[in-house]
Amino acid sequence: MSKDLITLEHISKSYDGQLILDDLSLSIYENSFVTLLGPSGCGKTTTLRIIGGFEKPDQGRVIFDGQDITNLAPNKRQLNTVFQKYALFTHMTIAENIAFGLKIKNKSDSYIKDKIKYALKLVNLEGFENRMPDSLSGGQQQRIAIARAIVNEPKVLLLDEPLGALDLKMRQDMQYELKRLKDELGITFIYVTHDQEEALTMSDHIVVMNQGYIQQEGSPEKIYNEPENAFVADFIGDSNIIRSTMIRDELVEILGAKFACVDKGFGENKPVDVVIRPEDVELVAPDAGTINGVVTGLTFKGVHYEMDVEANGYEWLVHSTKLSEVGSNVGIKIDPFNIQIMNVPASEDEEAISETV
Amino acid sequence: MKLFKSKRSAGLMASPYIAWAIIFIVVPLCMVFYYGLTSADGGFTFDNIATIMKPGYIKALKRSIVLAIISTLVCFLLSYPLGMILASMKLKKNAYIVTLFILPMWMNFLLRTLTWMTLLEGKGVINTILEFLHLPTLNIINTNGAIVLGMVYNFLPFMILPIYNALNRIDENVINAARDLGAGTVQTFLRITLPLSMPGILSGITMVFIPALTTFAISTMLGGSKILLIGNIIEQEFTQLYDWHLGSGLSIVLMIFIILNMIIENLSDNGGNN
Repeated sequence: MSKDLITLEHISKSYDGQLILDDLSLSIYENSFVTLLGPSGCGKTTTLRIIGGFEKPDQGRVIFDGQDITNLAPNKRQLNTVFQKYALFTHMTIAENIAFGLKIKNKSDSYIKDKIKYALKLVNLEGFENRMPDSLSGGQQQRIAIARAIVNEPKVLLLDEPLGALDLKMRQDMQYELKRLKDELGITFIYVTHDQEEALTMSDHIVVMNQGYIQQEGSPEKIYNEPENAFVADFIGDSNIIRSTMIRDELVEILGAKFACVDKGFGENKPVDVVIRPEDVELVAPDAGTINGVVTGLTFKGVHYEMDVEANGYEWLVHSTKLSEVGSNVGIKIDPFNIQIMNVPASEDEEAISETV
Repeated sequence: MKLFKSKRSAGLMASPYIAWAIIFIVVPLCMVFYYGLTSADGGFTFDNIATIMKPGYIKALKRSIVLAIISTLVCFLLSYPLGMILASMKLKKNAYIVTLFILPMWMNFLLRTLTWMTLLEGKGVINTILEFLHLPTLNIINTNGAIVLGMVYNFLPFMILPIYNALNRIDENVINAARDLGAGTVQTFLRITLPLSMPGILSGITMVFIPALTTFAISTMLGGSKILLIGNIIEQEFTQLYDWHLGSGLSIVLMIFIILNMIIENLSDNGGNN
């Protein structure tokens, strides 16, 4: 198992009496790509700022490599941040921007020159030394911000929604670029975003947050395939979330019909939430599935068709490469393995689905 | 944005402003140059401009420059820390505080200076209070100090606003980035905050230095008739001696100093960007 590099212990933080983080604890392993994912106001940026040293938690400790750094100033920490909207120094050239941290540390001129060259090569912007930041595109400025941070050889790079201001194509390119950078540098990336696709593409480990709480953490596959509650299921990808009843182990009643499933240990006749991904709903001939329905909507999405199917009083979202015309009668079949059972949320906080973006 | 269909209609809309500029800026300027470069008999001469080198005149010019520099410096030293404090306050309160500093400007400039006169006079408000408390009275009125006080009081808002605006425009994350890259408080200030606020500082300096250099009202009221600034001399040439030629000639000299000041500031501004 990898070693813990950063540990947050029971962090609480509020602004103007509003609780942003509530008793948050989190471990971040060395050399991993960790994403803090959640809607705006969930506390992900505050968490990052606490790690970076720009905010002090009201309670709790930040441990970095075995040392308590809770009260350490940002300029004393062995980590660097890539800020939202880049925050380049507009009165300096690209070379001066990148050299800033090294000059403060009194590195030799030849060392700094080599480092600038190395960093610009790493972010594919060779020859930009004497340009001014304002003359660069958003994507280029973002790369310079990354170059400026990594020349200092931090153990951790913090990235605060760095791709938020870029257009879709540029964002996708940068996602692969960041992943490549992380592998090349062999350091830990802590990445903040509200974009679930970004999180799934890049991360080794995703921490889903909402309203100051960690909802679930784990690998992208685990988060996507086995969401622990309705918030996570809804926030990560499209899904059908249906309040159902667990009859007994491996049998669940959904919308009045009994479906075989693989989950156990929820008790007998207990209310549960069921998550079924739209690509896991199989449309078959009427009466060949567990329940019957009528197709009410159809949209072509490129790779697949998106269909709405009205069945047993619920509008099912279905993704399939096979087309079913609007108005046609279909049967719905679901593989037991694809039915994900979740506990009904215990607190109001977890049930904040409607507030998600 | 394309507000007007053609260049011609845009030109038509601009014509009142152009007429205004010609009547009230270009024509008077031409008249200043005409009078300044001619003698009473109408012949071309540099004598009016050269008069500045005569002892009384050069002394007034030097004094004007020194007092304007001191006032500008004092305004800067007062404004910059205030600008930093206001810009660092996240609350909306700072808008009220800025308004508070601008508030005196809503009152007439001469009235405000007159108020200082009654405050500072030998038998003025301040000395009356001091006498009442059995403290030694002050002799402030009719000194260089009183003139500087008047200039600083009147022109301070012109320094505060551009500096505050420049500091307020600096993204908080740019400061955070400097801290993040290892810069301490002093280094962050010298390498980031100060250079990024330079445009505000330069426009503040211009907006204080030029009126301070050319004022005659403040020196008349707070300097008595003892301390003459170049503005007073020019005023006297026009209003008491009716020598428009000499007055215009001295005005040209003052204009040269103002233009020089602006050139220097422009150069240092560009220097900061390169």
